[in-house]
Amino acid sequence: MKISTDEVAKIAHLARLEVDASQKEEMAEQLSHILGYIDKLKDVDVEGVKLSSGAAVMNNVLREDEVKVSPGPCVTLANAPQRDDDFYIVPRIVK
Amino acid sequence: MEYHELTIEKAGKLLCDHQISSFELTSALLDRIEKYDDEINAFITIDKTMALEQARKADQDICDNNISPLTGVPIALKDLLCTRGIKTTCGSQILNNFIPQYDGTIVKKLKKNGAVIIGKTNLDEFGMGSSTENSSYKITTNPWNKAYVPGGSSGGSAAAVAAGFCCAALGTDTGGSIRQPSSHCGVVGLKPTYGRVSRFGLVSYASSLDQIGPITKDVKDSAILLNIISGNDKMDSTSAKVDVPDFTKAFDLFEKGSLKGMTAGIPKEYLCVDGIDPEVENVFNDARRILEDLGVEIKEISLPHTDYVVAAYYIIAPSEASSNLARFDGVKYGFREKGCDDLIDMYKKTRSKGFGPEVKRRIMIGTYALSAGYYDAYYGRASKVRTLIMEDFSKAFDACDFILSPVAPAPAFKIGEKMDDPLTMYLTDIFTLSANMAGIPGISVPAGFSSAGLPIGIQMMSRRFDELSLLRAGYGFEKTIKLDVRCEISHLNSA
Repeated sequence: MKISTDEVAKIAHLARLEVDASQKEEMAEQLSHILGYIDKLKDVDVEGVKLSSGAAVMNNVLREDEVKVSPGPCVTLANAPQRDDDFYIVPRIVK
Repeated sequence: MEYHELTIEKAGKLLCDHQISSFELTSALLDRIEKYDDEINAFITIDKTMALEQARKADQDICDNNISPLTGVPIALKDLLCTRGIKTTCGSQILNNFIPQYDGTIVKKLKKNGAVIIGKTNLDEFGMGSSTENSSYKITTNPWNKAYVPGGSSGGSAAAVAAGFCCAALGTDTGGSIRQPSSHCGVVGLKPTYGRVSRFGLVSYASSLDQIGPITKDVKDSAILLNIISGNDKMDSTSAKVDVPDFTKAFDLFEKGSLKGMTAGIPKEYLCVDGIDPEVENVFNDARRILEDLGVEIKEISLPHTDYVVAAYYIIAPSEASSNLARFDGVKYGFREKGCDDLIDMYKKTRSKGFGPEVKRRIMIGTYALSAGYYDAYYGRASKVRTLIMEDFSKAFDACDFILSPVAPAPAFKIGEKMDDPLTMYLTDIFTLSANMAGIPGISVPAGFSSAGLPIGIQMMSRRFDELSLLRAGYGFEKTIKLDVRCEISHLNSA
């Protein structure tokens, strides 16, 4: 699988990453190399094989519906890079 | 008596008998860290005051006869485990100022049992790597020879145990990150069954593969620590509601019946993996003979999809990572790039500056594999191959109690040797990835040395929730081989 620099830009945008022009070429090459190896999965006959999401024991996990004390904004916002009282501050969203 | 050689078991006994205090032991280990860790770089954060406070409290508990096997015992934690009030970086700049407001479940359990948290250990950023070179803080060196990597991603934890900076440590294992560094550093590493140990408070890399486990000086300590960290937790819906046996019973089983009646399978596909180092092969063959002498019947088995494990893993793990790491957006915690025009710009700049190259690479692979038009070809297909890998193992365990294999194809490599080629690094995970894909437990036990004097371990894997078999066989093996794995580091600080 060959990944182009345009595709790198597209994937980076979806992943909310910035890849500057100087890195695009190298990233395209590395991803192509890795995905080229992964292409060997095409050799496996997966006709009729079920999807697996892992080894978790699959059953419903229920808990009592009980009222509990919330940790509160002091705790939940303690690590916010920017806050105003009980609110997170983010850059402008609406122009 | 050398404090740095103490196992959990020995330290526990000395503490109980009032021959040493936890304060003395913790102080001695903190001094040792101060003296030597500049060369080894096992730790990212040490909170001396907090550790000594916990030690004093443990000493009081011992006086009050309120004792568990961990009371007063210094334990190191991989810096991917949330510790209330102690910085938890995950080896990443994006969390360079993150101070968790809560303890993860296993940290709570350790504290409840009186353990002393001696420090937070270095790792490949978010657990992504096999050498601990991908940490954004420092490169951990192998205590046996500092020109070599300690393995990874729990390289800091394995190096800390080998260097005698703690009695034991906890690591996490998503594709071998406990077992491989344990093998490279000459210590015992156990990845429990998926669901055996709560993941609450473990910063997620790939949620269907991650598992916390012990890194210890011997197999007994592995069982002691596993006894304490195991069990269902309502904070982790994937933690299993299954009985937790007393894992130290494994040793009685061995003392009573050696390993007679046990069958080990050797996958024929593992023996023809490209690039197995002859020294690893020799250690593996010797181990096989020792197990045979202990009464283990050896059988050839087949894991037909071995050749596809690395490819399937490097779709599934990065896919889960790309989703899990979306939470690091500069809003709720961690680093935020200043002076950005709008929200999307802030996300991009924050994440690009905060994540290192390997993390970005895996996020990119995962995003690609999950993106419209490629999902079926990559993630969907890899998930089906995972089903086939799981079936391989369940068939294999019809014929054997555990599977015997090398841990890594070669002993530890030199620092910098594999950093230019990510794929070559991925391929070194061939023997360890399967246990995570299939959710089964695996243990690495020291089994020999390379001609360069670097430790080499062997791996045993068993059925889900059958850690007892691993501990029994691992203990029997360790007791018989009697390998001296004490690592001498006094030359590291000649100044």
